[in-house]
Amino acid sequence: MNIEELEQIAESVWLENDKFDQEINVCMGTGCLSQHSDQLKDALAKAVTASGKNAFVRRTGCMGLCAAGPLVLVDPDEILYQHVNASHAEAVVASLGAEPVKELQCDLREHFDQQVHVVLENSGHIDPERIDDYIARDGYLALVTALTEMKPQDVIKQITESGLRGRGGGGYPTGLKWGTVAKAGGDVKYVICNGDEGDPGAFMDRSVLESDPQRVLEGMAIAAYAVGASKGYVYVRAEYPLAVSRLTACLRDARRRGLLGNNICNTPFNFDVEIRLGAGAFVCGEETALIASIEGRRGMPKPRPPYPAVSGLWGRPTLINNVETFANIAPILRKGAKWFASQGTEKSKGTKVFALTGKITNTGLVEVPMGITLRKIIEGIGGGVPDGHKFKAVQTGGPSGGCIPEEHLDIEVSYESLIQAGSMMGSGGMIVMDDTSCMVNVARFFIEFCMTESCGKCIPCRAGTAQMYTLLTRICTGAGTMDDLNLLVDLCGTIKETSLCGLGQTAPNPVLSTLRYFKNEYIEHIMHKRCPAGVCNMKAALAAEHGLEVLA
Amino acid sequence: MSATVDVKTLVIDGENVSARAGQTILEVAKENGIEIPTLCHLDGLTDVGACRLCMVEIKGLNKLLPACVATVEEGMEVTTKSERLLKHRRTILEMLFAERNHICSVCVANGNCELQALAQSQGVTHVRLPYRNPELTVDASHERFTADHNRCILCTRCVRVCAEVEGAHVWDLMGRGIDTMIISDLHENWGSSSCTRCGKCVQACPTGALFDKSKIGADQPKNPDFLPYLNMMREAQ
Repeated sequence: MNIEELEQIAESVWLENDKFDQEINVCMGTGCLSQHSDQLKDALAKAVTASGKNAFVRRTGCMGLCAAGPLVLVDPDEILYQHVNASHAEAVVASLGAEPVKELQCDLREHFDQQVHVVLENSGHIDPERIDDYIARDGYLALVTALTEMKPQDVIKQITESGLRGRGGGGYPTGLKWGTVAKAGGDVKYVICNGDEGDPGAFMDRSVLESDPQRVLEGMAIAAYAVGASKGYVYVRAEYPLAVSRLTACLRDARRRGLLGNNICNTPFNFDVEIRLGAGAFVCGEETALIASIEGRRGMPKPRPPYPAVSGLWGRPTLINNVETFANIAPILRKGAKWFASQGTEKSKGTKVFALTGKITNTGLVEVPMGITLRKIIEGIGGGVPDGHKFKAVQTGGPSGGCIPEEHLDIEVSYESLIQAGSMMGSGGMIVMDDTSCMVNVARFFIEFCMTESCGKCIPCRAGTAQMYTLLTRICTGAGTMDDLNLLVDLCGTIKETSLCGLGQTAPNPVLSTLRYFKNEYIEHIMHKRCPAGVCNMKAALAAEHGLEVLA
Repeated sequence: MSATVDVKTLVIDGENVSARAGQTILEVAKENGIEIPTLCHLDGLTDVGACRLCMVEIKGLNKLLPACVATVEEGMEVTTKSERLLKHRRTILEMLFAERNHICSVCVANGNCELQALAQSQGVTHVRLPYRNPELTVDASHERFTADHNRCILCTRCVRVCAEVEGAHVWDLMGRGIDTMIISDLHENWGSSSCTRCGKCVQACPTGALFDKSKIGADQPKNPDFLPYLNMMREAQ
């Protein structure tokens, strides 16, 4: 494979596409599929044949606006239809080349115009299982260029200059990590793609793997070339069957095209990728636990150092990056480090994909430049809180993050500012809460999550989160005292400072951040046995206080 | 091996000490008579850094480091005792006491228990946390030993000694988080497991969780000191 061959493939795809007057793209991500977009696609194909129109029906990945699914995008007119089902197929096909179907049309300029798609540039435009579609949109150009024209250290230099930071949550500079692995001794090295996305309400990695898996493979191959690895693993949750099946198909195609395997592009570079399925443990997203899991051992974190970059999988230097990080690599090499660094803030460059969920109008996947305010994401792109309710807080960073209230909505999205606000970037889940959410109950939910997902190795995380859960349950049921609250704060300090891995160290964040911004709710629960949001049931506690029997 | 030894000098609790490169803070402290509380560490076994009692402060570093796995560095200034550390240690010990059913007065290890001794030395006078009082089993199926899960602190010393020293790997962990349990083989009775009856795990256990049936009360001191000796002799062979 060389650049000319890539161009030939791309050209043949374009020629093929030009034969049709219209392209009907049907979203077949997990969200839309759950609403039978596969049947819709069949119905559309049938309707096209019946009508004799010269149109092409294509399966694509996620288009982002999951709340309005199933989505259909008609190109080249760029008409987006929402809530389409199989019964609409004929109307949609009939409208081709004429007036669009008004009642189905989705006109959410505000939702799309403020987004910048880098990672998601192909999502919703290509068939994720057709490698040629990816190549036609400049896919594998970066890999072939890197292999044929760049030295490994030049690749690392580009990544370092771009300012890309790990998108899994920690925000460690990617270039620095690559450099460490490249410098580590030994002839056997590994590249691992961390797709063990486990935060409640997060589905960025899943969407990327489902919509544009080749992009992740290309990123991994470039990384392998840069650090000197010849074997890669994609660690993906078994709960993502669609992502796994698409990845499997993509691996097969990439091997057939000679973009994975031995002597890629007639260079001495060999690289192949294997898929490893996670069994659903949240802690396996932690890199040392993930490595243990790949090795076939119990997924438990190990103290670092040694870092995986020095001694990782089977004791070899190992590069671990998140799905989204790898998805950023090809565009950086293609468009240059400067282009990437021109977006975002001083310390946080590029874009970030967020999964907007909770009490928000436009639930779905968005990609925004770093530095955008939370308010723009929630009120602009997200369309605000529905049903006339009032915004209360947004939870970012999953169980490791915190809740950010209204008064801090104007902070810009960057690794540092979110930590300052008591939360963190995390992998990109954003759960919006309105006035019907009780913040104590929210904290309890996340602590319960951490408690059940703790691996049980270190005491503070294993026993501490269980104690926090007990105390929060007491408060939520009206049995809590101010002593309990003080004890809770005490526990937070110890768990945060003494836990072994990131799970434990960040587990108290939901409690700490809600205490910081919504302490009055805790006090209400304890002193007045009242839940301001009306979520917690305190009948038992109140009845006990008055010596009454509880009825139902 | 080269004759020259890479020497690092550092300060532990205000004392100037020297160490070989690659040594852990815990080792160096011990050599210099500075005591750092530990539970999951046992001389002769690999360290897992799980109990978090040996956390120490390093000057210029915001986070705490576990002394059992953190290696020494030139010019390090280590503090092993401070208000902050003591508070964390007490809280961790409280967590352990509240986690399962540790009732010293009826325990075979009373007086010979590392958990009990640590609670005394660290000044844990009472437990502020709510007791969980879980219902746990006692496995008395083994002809010589008993495993009482009520007293287990999941330090995994038994797991490690059985896998690393005895080479039998009878013990391992099951479940996760607060539900984690030590199991023999694939969760079988200890008596019918592949146990070699060597008794190393009983000696390695810091509490009364694993004990010898033939002894009671005060005559149950544990002697895990043979482990480093055993390792040394094996290496010498």
